[in-house]
Amino acid sequence: MPSTLLNPILERHRRDGTRLMQILRETQETLGWLPPEVITAIAAAVGWPRARVQATAEFYSFFHTRPMGRYRILWSDNITDRMLGSTELMQSMCRKLWLEPGRVSEDGLVSVDTTSCTGMGDQGPALLVNYRAVTRMTPQRVDEIVELVRAGTPVLGWPEEYFQVEDNIRRSDVLLGHGLTPGAALAAALERGAPAMLDEVKAAGLRGRGGAGFPTGQKWAACRGAEADVRYVVCNADEGEPGTFKDRVLLTSHADLVFEGMTIAGLAVGASLGLLYLRGEYRHLLEPLETVLARRRAQKLLGAGILGRDFAFDIEIHLGAGAYICGEESALIESLEGKPGRPRIRPPFPVTHGYLGRPTTVNNVETLAAACLVAKHGGAWYAALGTRKSAGTKLLSVSGDCTRPGIYEYPFGVTVAQVLADCGAHEPLAVQVSGPSGVCLADHEFGRRIAFEDVPSAGAFMVFDHSRDLFETARNFAHFFAHESCGFCTPCRVGTALVARLMDKVAAGHGSPYDLEELFKLHRLMQGTSHCGLGNTACNPVFDTLEKFRPAYERRIKSLAFEPAFDLDAALSQARQMTGRDDAAAHLSNVA
Amino acid sequence: MSGKLRVATTSLAGCFGCHMSFLDIDERLLTLLEVVEFDRSPITDIKEVGQCDLGIIEGGVCNAENVHVLREFRKHCKTLVAMGACAVNGGLPAQRNHLDLRDILEEVYHTELGLAHGGIPNDPELPLPLNKVHPIHEVVKVDYFLPGCPPPADAIWKFLTDLVAGRTPHLAHGLLHYD
Ligand SMILES: Cc1cc2nc3c(=O)[nH]c(=O)nc-3n(C[C@H](O)[C@H](O)[C@H](O)COP(=O)(O)O)c2cc1C
Ligand code: SF4
Ligand code: SF4
Repeated sequence: MPSTLLNPILERHRRDGTRLMQILRETQETLGWLPPEVITAIAAAVGWPRARVQATAEFYSFFHTRPMGRYRILWSDNITDRMLGSTELMQSMCRKLWLEPGRVSEDGLVSVDTTSCTGMGDQGPALLVNYRAVTRMTPQRVDEIVELVRAGTPVLGWPEEYFQVEDNIRRSDVLLGHGLTPGAALAAALERGAPAMLDEVKAAGLRGRGGAGFPTGQKWAACRGAEADVRYVVCNADEGEPGTFKDRVLLTSHADLVFEGMTIAGLAVGASLGLLYLRGEYRHLLEPLETVLARRRAQKLLGAGILGRDFAFDIEIHLGAGAYICGEESALIESLEGKPGRPRIRPPFPVTHGYLGRPTTVNNVETLAAACLVAKHGGAWYAALGTRKSAGTKLLSVSGDCTRPGIYEYPFGVTVAQVLADCGAHEPLAVQVSGPSGVCLADHEFGRRIAFEDVPSAGAFMVFDHSRDLFETARNFAHFFAHESCGFCTPCRVGTALVARLMDKVAAGHGSPYDLEELFKLHRLMQGTSHCGLGNTACNPVFDTLEKFRPAYERRIKSLAFEPAFDLDAALSQARQMTGRDDAAAHLSNVA
Repeated sequence: MSGKLRVATTSLAGCFGCHMSFLDIDERLLTLLEVVEFDRSPITDIKEVGQCDLGIIEGGVCNAENVHVLREFRKHCKTLVAMGACAVNGGLPAQRNHLDLRDILEEVYHTELGLAHGGIPNDPELPLPLNKVHPIHEVVKVDYFLPGCPPPADAIWKFLTDLVAGRTPHLAHGLLHYD
């Protein structure tokens, strides 16, 4: 790569290794991949050992150390995309391009593969082309794209409607209907002052919307109280949990609210820099968000002397590169520092030792947006919404078998049945709440409530009707976790692969009751011994469906006796071919 | 329980390292012999496995003979244990799994210098290699997994003494190693 191409990128990022993710991404956007000599040049420029740069380049699914074709097409492989026909559409695309999934065409033109959920569950089947989101794929669109690829039309010249991403807001409450002008909440927060703002957040009972529901006031106070020269605010917009897309909508249509929430957090904890970690799948939001930031700087809502006060704060956007694990806060921080996204050993927690070893508060997009409401209307007002232990409202990303998929905002405490009725779910069989790492509810549980004290949710709400096979859902999720395990600890790295293979074995009709028992054992083992939440929750979908939809498994069990996982005789085929043998000892029976 | 626990052990696609670790229980082997007796095992040199309470397998499954031996063990042992990373996951030998077996045979017996160009051996006496190396649980039902490469002698000791005493084997922190 000529240094004329690389140098501006390096300069833009101050040859700073902690900005490696952005350097690699921008380089790849120019070159299509990351050739060895470029990795060497980047390593030299940032002053890191080459192996460290290589390790980061290889960890992330969206970075390529081999050429992947001028067009890289990745189909979103969440179960909701499959329910909308993505598998067949992808097969037909591959056929028409004379391609095998995962392979680059011989002329180096194109590759087609799958990727984890791209956050378009309400407008699938979705895909990414050169990391730009395409929604609502149809057979006709497949044909058109095949033609565009064959003709070599640059992606920038593709029809705009392909890249149209809808908000699909179906129900608004206090958050989506906030009616705040940019700066209103921030002015209120500045008026209160940092300590009082913190007290309001505590009084509001605001809890984290990223899944764990940790009290936000407590987190901010711990960060503020930690001894340090610098502190950071991080907004977690990794939104990798399959079936979740509410943060995308907040960042598309309420970006001011999110940035303002980050600024208020900065005020409360005593930080002057905020980092938004945006998942790579939302690459299309980068420029619009940068525009909002620039406007806010011009409006004195960011930068030095915010709203004429002695308070300075600014925000940078970091793009991820296709790793679900980077939603876990300590892995996210590693990624922000330019490293592979592997969860840190905790304690120490990010609130004392986070980004660059400094106190850092990591909050979900929705949590920060909600903080604006607290700043404007006060803690008592906010605490009065929702339930006793779950103050405020929750955004749900509804997808699957319903007539009105999209974003629904409810006060906490809404019943599952209410959401099902509102979204037009016809004869629902099950709902997967909070994504694969959450819980699968059967119809006798539809009276339960979305709230931290009953069914907590990070926002996903996937509906399955009576035509669906929940074994296939669980199998899809098992493969998701096997793909996304970061590989740091053995119980999860090996366990997720074992679970996926056992599910494939049962799917192929080789399962026995022993295999079902083994799935239970793996669930217990992984839950008890994994290093982070990914491994702890990876078996939830299998466990839940085994408990609640056991017939879906039993139907596939053909034999009470154990069966091998693969065809033993066929496993000798290559040796037979190479030796020319066909004697009795050159064969195996599949029954012992 | 009447009499001693009858135990058989074997090494399939393994390196005997797990058996060496087993022997590393040292003088505790004598204590063990008060409650167990060995059937087929590298320790006894008995060639055919008889009815046993416990079968311990080192190594994964890489060829047809491994399949036969493993099935014999499963048939004759009430309880079957996968001992070590190779038996549990395929381990080191499974590193060949990302290569095509035909390429490997080609490279070793045709291309590579020094192997006298004798061609790929095709004597019916020799077991054929499988396309891929498999962990033993993909071929037979396995009751317990004892991870580690090799599992530490203390882990093997704890595991066996638990079983002999009728407890579900439990390896606490420090004894459980995966690699
Ligand atoms: C595997 C895994 C993935 C996660 N993904 C996300 C995510 O995409 N977005 C998010 O906000 N939190 C995610 N979390 C939770 C974060 O670790 C963290 O708790 C959260 O960002 C804190 O923000 P909150 O207090 O506002 O909820 C994830 C956790 C785990 C274990
Ligand atoms: S549990 Fe899984 S994702 Fe988490 S650290 Fe271990 S291997 Fe990585
Ligand atoms: S697990 Fe390790 S020690 Fe045991 S057979 Fe395999 S390589 Fe050898």
